[in-house]
Amino acid sequence: MLRVPKQIYDQIVAHARRDHPDEACGVVAGPAGSDRPERFIPMTNAARSPTFYEFDSTEQFQVWREMDDNDEEPIVLYHSHTATEAYPSRTDVAYASEPGAHYVLVSTRDEHETEFRSYRIDNSQITEEPVTVVE
Amino acid sequence: MAIEVRIPTILRTYTDGAKQVEGAGSTLGELLIDLDRQHGGLRERLVDDGGLRRFVNVYLNDEDVRFLAGLDTPVKDGDTVTVLPAVAGGGI
Repeated sequence: MLRVPKQIYDQIVAHARRDHPDEACGVVAGPAGSDRPERFIPMTNAARSPTFYEFDSTEQFQVWREMDDNDEEPIVLYHSHTATEAYPSRTDVAYASEPGAHYVLVSTRDEHETEFRSYRIDNSQITEEPVTVVE
Repeated sequence: MAIEVRIPTILRTYTDGAKQVEGAGSTLGELLIDLDRQHGGLRERLVDDGGLRRFVNVYLNDEDVRFLAGLDTPVKDGDTVTVLPAVAGGGI
């Protein structure tokens, strides 16, 4: 199960809406081993595309070093789908390399309703998990 | 002195769980061959026939080697090489 603070949930949705129709992506860091997403870090989609996202590699290096220095790890890796459902695509699964992270998918295909779903992706196996928003 | 190489969680099965390993070579390509002698299978996860795999980012100190000379990038004692999984995907 993913427990996510309301403020971070809102920030992820706002980022996805802001970048629509391009895909938005980012990280929520938290203390290593805690499973608590606490620090919202929106990332640049270097692909700037409605069908693909890719962290900017230089920005990723800086963010990963910062997390390392703070004893944090990526608790959530999120991105949006802007024309399809919030379910991991084959490309998402091919790239997934953090079996310990929650992969959050947000769909902005509907102008009013935002889908927000979370998955574990381990060894190409997708497992959806419930999302609980906490105050 | 040697070249320090930082290994991401997903590849630590090749390094007996070590976060950091050391290797030698005068280019990144040579360094990876040396690492593979110590940690069999690691190199194949990083390179294929066409060079560095699309799914990983390799940095020399703080620069992505794709912006340098890729596998031909010169390396020297005291350098740090960092490997990170590329984070990417998309709706199609």
